[in-house]
Amino acid sequence: MKIGFYPGCSLTGSSREYNESLLAIAKEAGVELFEIKDWNCCGATAAHNLSKELSLSLPARNLALAELEEMDELVVPCAACFNRLVMTQHELSEKEDVRKVISEKLQMPLKNNVKIYNVLQFLEKHIVPRLDQLVKNPLTYDVACYYGCLLVRPQKVMKSDRFEDPMSMDVIMTKLGANPIDWPFKTECCGAGFSVSKTEIVGELSGKIVRNATDRGAKAIVVACPMCHSNLDMRRPAINTYLNMKMDIPVIYITQAIALAMGLTPCQAGIQRHFVPVNLTVNR
Amino acid sequence: MTEFEPKIIAFVCNWCTYAGADLTGTSRIKYAQNVKIIRFPCTGRIDFMLLLKSFGEGADGIIVSGCHPNDCHYTSGNFHARRRWIMFRGLLDMLGIDVRRIQYSWVSAAEGSKWADIVNSTVNTIRELGPYTEYEKVAGYLEKEGKE
Amino acid sequence: MSKIGVFICHCGENISATVDVARVAEAAGQIDGVAFSTDYKYMCSDPGQTMIRQAIKEKGLTGVVVGSCSPRMHEPTFRKACQEAGLNPFMCEMANLREHCSWVHDKSEATTQKAIDLVRTLVEKVKLNKPLFSIKVPVTKTALVIGGGIAGIQASLDIASAGHQVILVEKDPSIGGHMSQLSETFPTLDCSQCILTPRMVEVAQHPNITLMTYAELEKLEGSIGNFKATIRKKAKSIDENLCTGCGTCITKCPTKKIPSEFNTGLGMRTAIYVPFPQAVPNKPVIDKANCSYYQKGKCKVCEKVCPTGAIRFDQEDELVELEVGAVVIATGFDIMQPSGFPEYGYGKYKDVITGLQFERLASASGPTLGEIRRPSDGKIPEKIVFVACAGSRDPAKGIPYCSKICCMYTAKHAMLYQHKVHGGKSYIFYMDIRAAGKNYEEFVRRAIVEDAVNYIRGRVSKIYEENGKLIVKGVDTLLSAKPVEIEADMVVLASAAVANPGAEELAQKMHVSYDSYNFFSEAHPKLKPVETNTAGIFLAGACQAPKDIPETVAQASGAASKVIILFSKDELSRDPLIAVVNRSPAPVFSTCVGCFMCTSACPYQAIGEELITNRQGKVIKKVAKVNPGLCQGCGTCVAFCRSKSIDIQGYSNEQMCAEVVALLNND
Repeated sequence: MKIGFYPGCSLTGSSREYNESLLAIAKEAGVELFEIKDWNCCGATAAHNLSKELSLSLPARNLALAELEEMDELVVPCAACFNRLVMTQHELSEKEDVRKVISEKLQMPLKNNVKIYNVLQFLEKHIVPRLDQLVKNPLTYDVACYYGCLLVRPQKVMKSDRFEDPMSMDVIMTKLGANPIDWPFKTECCGAGFSVSKTEIVGELSGKIVRNATDRGAKAIVVACPMCHSNLDMRRPAINTYLNMKMDIPVIYITQAIALAMGLTPCQAGIQRHFVPVNLTVNR
Repeated sequence: MTEFEPKIIAFVCNWCTYAGADLTGTSRIKYAQNVKIIRFPCTGRIDFMLLLKSFGEGADGIIVSGCHPNDCHYTSGNFHARRRWIMFRGLLDMLGIDVRRIQYSWVSAAEGSKWADIVNSTVNTIRELGPYTEYEKVAGYLEKEGKE
Repeated sequence: MSKIGVFICHCGENISATVDVARVAEAAGQIDGVAFSTDYKYMCSDPGQTMIRQAIKEKGLTGVVVGSCSPRMHEPTFRKACQEAGLNPFMCEMANLREHCSWVHDKSEATTQKAIDLVRTLVEKVKLNKPLFSIKVPVTKTALVIGGGIAGIQASLDIASAGHQVILVEKDPSIGGHMSQLSETFPTLDCSQCILTPRMVEVAQHPNITLMTYAELEKLEGSIGNFKATIRKKAKSIDENLCTGCGTCITKCPTKKIPSEFNTGLGMRTAIYVPFPQAVPNKPVIDKANCSYYQKGKCKVCEKVCPTGAIRFDQEDELVELEVGAVVIATGFDIMQPSGFPEYGYGKYKDVITGLQFERLASASGPTLGEIRRPSDGKIPEKIVFVACAGSRDPAKGIPYCSKICCMYTAKHAMLYQHKVHGGKSYIFYMDIRAAGKNYEEFVRRAIVEDAVNYIRGRVSKIYEENGKLIVKGVDTLLSAKPVEIEADMVVLASAAVANPGAEELAQKMHVSYDSYNFFSEAHPKLKPVETNTAGIFLAGACQAPKDIPETVAQASGAASKVIILFSKDELSRDPLIAVVNRSPAPVFSTCVGCFMCTSACPYQAIGEELITNRQGKVIKKVAKVNPGLCQGCGTCVAFCRSKSIDIQGYSNEQMCAEVVALLNND
């Protein structure tokens, strides 16, 4: 069983801590991840706004590379990269003629049979079974699990049956000793790409998410997507402006939560890279 | 060199597929001209020797279509037809007749567009398989034998 | 010597636009055995039919082939024309040149050739046709109506008033259906029970109607004019002849916390119960699944207190066999449970309810005696939001159709709310307002103008609870083009009208077609709205498609009239296209060897035995024999017979073989 790893641009750039914490917990759990050699950008939103062919070719090349390296499974932690890769795989499996064309353009064979996992699916399969032995410091407080939009939509392709009220992250947090709250903003929009072009919209939309989590008693928001993290954490000033209040609730990645629960240091989990201080007492 | 136009005969039941094909017409959905329908009261009526007869008379492909299981107007005719088909298919295979030349389907009276899809896909399949010439070879052989 | 007449129809331009009809007629004229061939614009018209009749008389035609529309359309028309000219109607066949040819192909040589092939096929078949004569069967003038809602009630009353016996079967303990659950009906705001209960009583008292409640259809056999229905009368545990409906048992029953189906789960009932006070019959039944005695062997209080000793714990289900001539299906509809929409929070938040549940709240005899109160804390909601199209017109939820009644009943609900809660504020999130019936548009206007109901054009994306209020997140696309958030006290979802859960099973029992939503299929969407493809079985009401009460009543009367037409004759003519076992002179008598494979294949038990004896009475042979009264003409037996001794008239082995040969050889 060879597990491939596609970090994508965010994990090597603005969401470095996501990368660090994921690799740290994989190592701790004895799971080896093989980063795809010479991977390219998945195209994100830019590609599918410009050219259909480009939007399929860019992710397809990564899939073809994974096949060449004989990877059975491919972990894609960034939710946007994950969404692009899965949508590409779906489209190419439905349209045989398109798959042939793309394969020809790439000049690489493309069987389109790699199993693509998002970070939650990867954790569920490979890390959660070992958690019983690995959790040293349970995180015993209320948390709000925020899924964002790309992990569950579009429903027909993602095939998540709980697309309005997903629970996979909640289940993992429970195993870490935390108490995930029931809250209605699990999949509400954070403002996404408006982070750059119209930041006040992120202030409003992410502000509502942060306020609701805080009002319901959560001590941290847990995310599994670099965009979510960036809007809820880095854009806190815009949020505070909108809410006219200073909101302290920290935002951590699910991988960082697991790292802390495993007893790794905050530095190993990359906590120091956050904008909003993470002052979570950890029970020893 | 004209493109090969398959000759396909369809044995359909009056209550479901025939009505479904009527609906295709009423809905003006277009499909290939190669398929011609013969009306039966029920797929249970279809003697499968007629299928062999069809190949002998020059058919390149055959469609057999009736009501969905549990919906047969006569309760169980389509079940009998289905069982017959499963046995017959094995026999055809053993005889060396390409079973892909026979398309067996369920089309209800409400499924106008499904009928069009079945016609078009069957025509494409038969076109790819080419004309059915095996029987001619046998008939030629028999004729030759007869002369001697 | 065949003398076939071929008549090719233009059907206006429907056929002639893509098929060269003149050429088809000409080609047909060249076929061996065709004595006359022509084409004409409208064969089914009077002059067209006259043409056929004249040709038969003048040319002495022995058979007719009409190349026109589908035989499912006009076969009876042309057969009748032939009969009028003295030609046996079964010597007339139709080639489907319209639905199967001109309408589905473009104008081309191949299309015309296909038309020629189809005509030739039927000509070769008709050459082998034999004159056949209709089989007469007696008609049982009793109707079975399944379903005791307003549709079943109306149909029963009409048929009974025409002087025929009706048996009305209803699966619930009382008739009345969904209409009995409504508070007021649009567009008049008539009290629903007030207009319904007189009809219910009329049904119970009508001398021609036998009412069977708490009963279901177990099996249906036979065919038009001669059905045999088996009804399962579920055990009520009550002797109806002794019960006076005093209700003492209900007041004393200790099991009081069963969610009431009639009150859509908002109220409770006892284990021995009458669904609602105006029930007909007003006699209780015992819900075995929740009764202490049936489940745990304790109690029996009802038996002790019953003044007439009507409780019968040993009562079993009873199977009753009925002979009926026609069946009307009036089984109604159900309301989709919106727990499938997690974004609306139905099932999670107590104050998010369906439209039917709102009816029960608004009902004077409902769980809150007509006051609109929140199910969670009993408070009166100051702000209420109605969500239209909760499920309907939404392919992602599996319901692409419009449920038809919701726009009207949502307006009605908002009006009732405003009438009952002065100062309350109501909002309706809608996509369109469909108020197409008589006085319907005016009714909706009343809601907006007189009762100040706020209509917001936009959909609701999420409903969640915050500090005891329901936050409704929607959008106003019409006026402000901005998202809208309302803090509501209560939300009512106009959820989709769907088929009843048992509809598919019932349709299969009766061999009636149904669509992918499990609504029963009418024989023709435009012209045969109350008939099904199964002769003798008719449809009435929402079981065919969602509809309101006026349409239901109209359709029920329509179905009743079809039944009355059927019963207006003492005898029914059956198509003689049935199976026959061959007979020949001695010493063969028949090629049938008496294996009786055909008997096992026949779904109608229509094939029996016949003993062929010599003059001394000694049995020479045992062969199969078809009962012409039961055979439906499917032909399964014909395909089974190894000696080809049984054949079906109209689709004989010879005929089908001739059709195959003719179709594939165009020389």
